[in-house]
Amino acid sequence: MAPSRGVDWRLAWAVWMRNFTVYRRTWTLNILPNFFEPLLYLVGMGLGVGFYVREGMNGVSTYLAFIAPGLMAASAMNGASFEVTYNMFVKLHFAKTYDAFLSTPVQIEDIVMGELLWAVTRALIYGLAFLVILAGFTLAGTPMLSGPGALALPLALALIGTLFALIGQLFTSKVNTIDLYSYYFTLWLSPLFIFSNVFFPVDRFPYGAQIAWFTPLYHGVRLTRGLAQSRFGTEELVSAAWMIAVCAALLWIVPRTYRRRIIR
Amino acid sequence: MNENVIAARGLIKRYGTFTAVDGIDFDVHRGECFGFLGPNGAGKTSTMRMIYRAAAVDGGTLMILGWEAADGRHDRAIKARIGVVPQEDNLDQELSVRQNLEVFARFYKLPRPEAARRIDELLKLLRLEEKAHSRAEQLSGGLKRRTQIARGLLGTPEILVLDEPTTGLDPQARHDLWERLNALKRQQATLLLTTHYMDEAERLCDRLVVIDHGKIVAAGSPAELIARHVSPVVVEIELTDGAVPTEAEALKQHARRVEVLSDRLLLYADHGEQLIAQAAHLMPDRRALQRRTTLEDVFLRITGRRLEE
Ligand SMILES: Nc1ncnc2c1ncn2[C@@H]1O[C@H](COP(=O)(O)OP(=O)(O)O)[C@@H](O)[C@H]1O
Ligand SMILES: [Mg+2]
Repeated sequence: MAPSRGVDWRLAWAVWMRNFTVYRRTWTLNILPNFFEPLLYLVGMGLGVGFYVREGMNGVSTYLAFIAPGLMAASAMNGASFEVTYNMFVKLHFAKTYDAFLSTPVQIEDIVMGELLWAVTRALIYGLAFLVILAGFTLAGTPMLSGPGALALPLALALIGTLFALIGQLFTSKVNTIDLYSYYFTLWLSPLFIFSNVFFPVDRFPYGAQIAWFTPLYHGVRLTRGLAQSRFGTEELVSAAWMIAVCAALLWIVPRTYRRRIIR
Repeated sequence: MNENVIAARGLIKRYGTFTAVDGIDFDVHRGECFGFLGPNGAGKTSTMRMIYRAAAVDGGTLMILGWEAADGRHDRAIKARIGVVPQEDNLDQELSVRQNLEVFARFYKLPRPEAARRIDELLKLLRLEEKAHSRAEQLSGGLKRRTQIARGLLGTPEILVLDEPTTGLDPQARHDLWERLNALKRQQATLLLTTHYMDEAERLCDRLVVIDHGKIVAAGSPAELIARHVSPVVVEIELTDGAVPTEAEALKQHARRVEVLSDRLLLYADHGEQLIAQAAHLMPDRRALQRRTTLEDVFLRITGRRLEE
């Protein structure tokens, strides 16, 4: 594998700043949908479907409170994924944005890390919007968060964001056509969304939990659900460690795949 | 004393099994405008990309500002000292001219006050002050190119690489850009320029190489190349459907060399007056004109093809 050449974090930050400059132009327009989507799911699924659900919500009293942390994890996943899929592909292949960056002291490793930081920022924007709404519900008398563990949720969201940003970046480094992203979303992210304990315990299916254990969102959901209830036991610890380990491996692999792909 | 800022020996670029740059040698001196003249697909962009470290070197050596570039270990240092105006428009379309420059100022790690000062300076140099707040996507081709040049100069580079800077521009914008580039030349900037316009190469370049199919086929100053490869003047006679009229055969004896193109007969000579007079006598209804030879003729002489289609 091509050697990686080390990251200049100041330049990675400069890449982040470029994205922020573009985002800031329309940020008031961009930020609102981040609040609508959670509300839609919480009301539709939580209150709508939840009306018929009475059992199996291990520990929490309402279906609404059961699905809320998982939905928050999924929103962090989505926030990170958009940035490193369509957006990054366009900058790579159509707009030639990275070609321009690379003609300065910026190296491909700085770009990959800058985009990663930006994707995590987007994941946090999505996830924190969700968290604000959950806190609002809780204060209004519909408990969805309990105890100080909720304060660690931003960290969990950042970890989920990092994980999915790296997975998306790896995919983007491999694809040659933008059409393949529909598969990434429908055959990868959507199944994760459905089968990662967000809406129902996945052990409802034979080997469900065993298979899900090997997939990333399952751990994201387990961690956010635990923290929302201020629970940090073995399960949560294992899930955090699982995500950190996969992130570490991808942090090694991803910059190298980009160097090999770009500098030919 | 000619200090070499770039020295290439046996430089090679391959894409799979295809060799785009096939073992070329050249030196670029500090303070000169050095040109790469060649048709589309000759390998100009590939060579530029190796120089500004966007592409790997697949063979040979490439010294840039005293560093060996081929192994990639000094890329950051080299890139900090080379400004690039790429062939395609890769400005950030959603950002203003000024914002585009601000983004790059961070890449060159300019402290903020210095960045602001430098950006003002460059907007002025390239006559972009009035467009500073226009979004890149709203600019004309010429203004975009000027913005790219300002961007390329932001890091105060020792070498400015311009890949086909006037391709796609209208004649007015081309002349305007030539004027900007001449202003840079007067400030002793080292310019590296590719073009497939021979008049551009002749006008701007102190020295140049003619490149075709990845190989250098001629090198020197425009005047040297013309003196070495072609006679001083050429007489052009209009042809219809590539057929050389029998009357023209007589003229051929008076020319040093003859080229038959689809639409013109070219008669190379030391003096044209006699040929013109004879042509007017033998073929009064055909247009004939005399002109001084150019790099276009040099290219035709060496490759047997025309440079611009
Ligand atoms: N990334 C690439 N992959 C494969 N072939 C390429 C690539 N870039 C350029 N080429 C080929 O290499 C040759 C030289 O291209 P280029 O350096 O762009 O020439 P020029 O700039 O003189 O027009 C052309 O035949 C072109 O098709
Ligand atoms: Mg080119």
